[in-house]
Amino acid sequence: MNDTLRPMTALLEIRDLWAAPVRQRGHALLRGVALAVAPGEVHGIVVESGAGKSLLGRAVLGVLPSGIRIAKGAITLDGEDLLAASPRRRRALLGRFLAMVPQDPMTALNPVRRIAAQMTDHLRLHLRLDRRQALAVAEALLAAVHIREARRVLAQYPFELSRRHAPAGAHRHGLRLPPAPRRRRRADDRARRHRPAPDLRLIRELQREAGTAILFITHDLGVVAKICDRVTVLHAGRVLEEAATPALFAAPRHPYTAALMRATPRYDRPGEALEPVPAALAEQLRAEAEALDHVLA
Amino acid sequence: MSLLEAQGLGLALPDRAAKRLFQPAPQREILKDVDLAVALGEAVGLVGESGSGKTSLGRCLVRLYQPTSGRLLFSGRDITHLGESELRPLRARLQVIFQDPHSSLNPRRRIADIVAQPLIAFGLADPATARRQAVALLDRVGLDPRLGGRFPHQLSGGQRQRACIARAIAVEPALVIADEIVSGLDVSTQAQILTLLRALRRDLGLALVFISHDLSVVRALCDRVVVLRGGVVVEAGSVESLFAAPRHPYTRALLAAIPLPEPDRKDGLEPDWETERGGGRSHADRRDGRAGHWC
Repeated sequence: MNDTLRPMTALLEIRDLWAAPVRQRGHALLRGVALAVAPGEVHGIVVESGAGKSLLGRAVLGVLPSGIRIAKGAITLDGEDLLAASPRRRRALLGRFLAMVPQDPMTALNPVRRIAAQMTDHLRLHLRLDRRQALAVAEALLAAVHIREARRVLAQYPFELSRRHAPAGAHRHGLRLPPAPRRRRRADDRARRHRPAPDLRLIRELQREAGTAILFITHDLGVVAKICDRVTVLHAGRVLEEAATPALFAAPRHPYTAALMRATPRYDRPGEALEPVPAALAEQLRAEAEALDHVLA
Repeated sequence: MSLLEAQGLGLALPDRAAKRLFQPAPQREILKDVDLAVALGEAVGLVGESGSGKTSLGRCLVRLYQPTSGRLLFSGRDITHLGESELRPLRARLQVIFQDPHSSLNPRRRIADIVAQPLIAFGLADPATARRQAVALLDRVGLDPRLGGRFPHQLSGGQRQRACIARAIAVEPALVIADEIVSGLDVSTQAQILTLLRALRRDLGLALVFISHDLSVVRALCDRVVVLRGGVVVEAGSVESLFAAPRHPYTRALLAAIPLPEPDRKDGLEPDWETERGGGRSHADRRDGRAGHWC
């Protein structure tokens, strides 16, 4: 990636981001992550669990777990420094210009509140709608994510919804809140892996309509190939490769990316073709990443 | 002769969601007239979307559910109506690995004890020998034997699933039913587990019924595949022929819904089967989703 060309146009930009546990000196979790997401771009982050998957998204939203701090680096949204933003300013951005679709819809929704209550909170707060207006918007939002009988769903509790409805319920944040340079983060979820088709189409459709930029965090290369414009490959908290999606799949530059592709089972290839990521490679990359940690010490 | 054979298997379970107050829950048909045969050392993939009955079929095969009709033969012997005491010796030859390794391992026992347990329970070894064998089993599934002293919550998802596999193969079963055992794992962990299962099949001559919604994973492991939809077998065949030329539209829809890692292909974005039929999600799907999974 040519860094000098992209910053001016980037909606979300992360520069040299380091995150580390507060108590463990000299051990980093994110190691100089840099990436830029242009307006309306779907940016895939290919990452396996334990490699800084949820940390990155949470750092952008400013909701890191209490034991972890940002040691270095910058995150800007539309030129505004998110790390320096006051809590008040952050609250104003969250849910309006910046939102997250979490992995597990069942834990992301409050189990003891009806969908209507959970969907109208931020509408009333950010857009200062009254109860009736907010409900109307919520109903329209549900219809937009292809939920039949939106009115009935609004009156229900999360447990009454199917797993497929629930993520759609979670899509509520950040969509259709005008005016907007918006950004959503979508984590990979099992429900979607189950039946990927409708949800992928839905994300693409909503994203195109609203011009939302998406940071799409997943370990599924198949999904990345279908919906992302650009891809960043992350391992042990470090960026290994960044490329446009077609280029990445045509010729991965980093051996880890290539290994990940060989480790992905495909129904059109015999089983012998499947090859796990070599342990030596993973080990070597981890050692390389840890060698960088002296920056923090 | 087949190792395990189901002939015209049917299953109906009480539908608690449709139960009216003070009335017995109505019976709902889960499986209809299912035929399935697993040969010695053969791996059969059971695929279908959630609610298609693949997990129920898996549970029927080991008599965790009592089939309502049809016959179940194990090594030619009819086991459809055997009592639990008669089934017991067979249980050592038929093992199950469940989807969620977290909930299928006792949180209060150490990994080595968990793996040794079936050996002791089936009287195949005294506790001391069983412990020694457990160490060898952990090594066999690629777990550091030192992890035997840990508790399940101290292991990663992939390690826990390896522990479950070690426990299942401890009694040297002829057949293992594996229910969605890689669906919760990362790509590289999944690849490791699949490679391990391939090696175990080769070395131990293990037969496998591999239940999965992921046809790519089935292709990587199985010899034959059986496609279920609404409790009915819609198509069956060898993985090569079935995936190369699926005959049933449902199989084609399932394949088209898989996003292959190739940006230019238009798969994964195909209209899904459910919307094509014009129906909403079936009742079975709703319930499946709510409970997480059957087991």
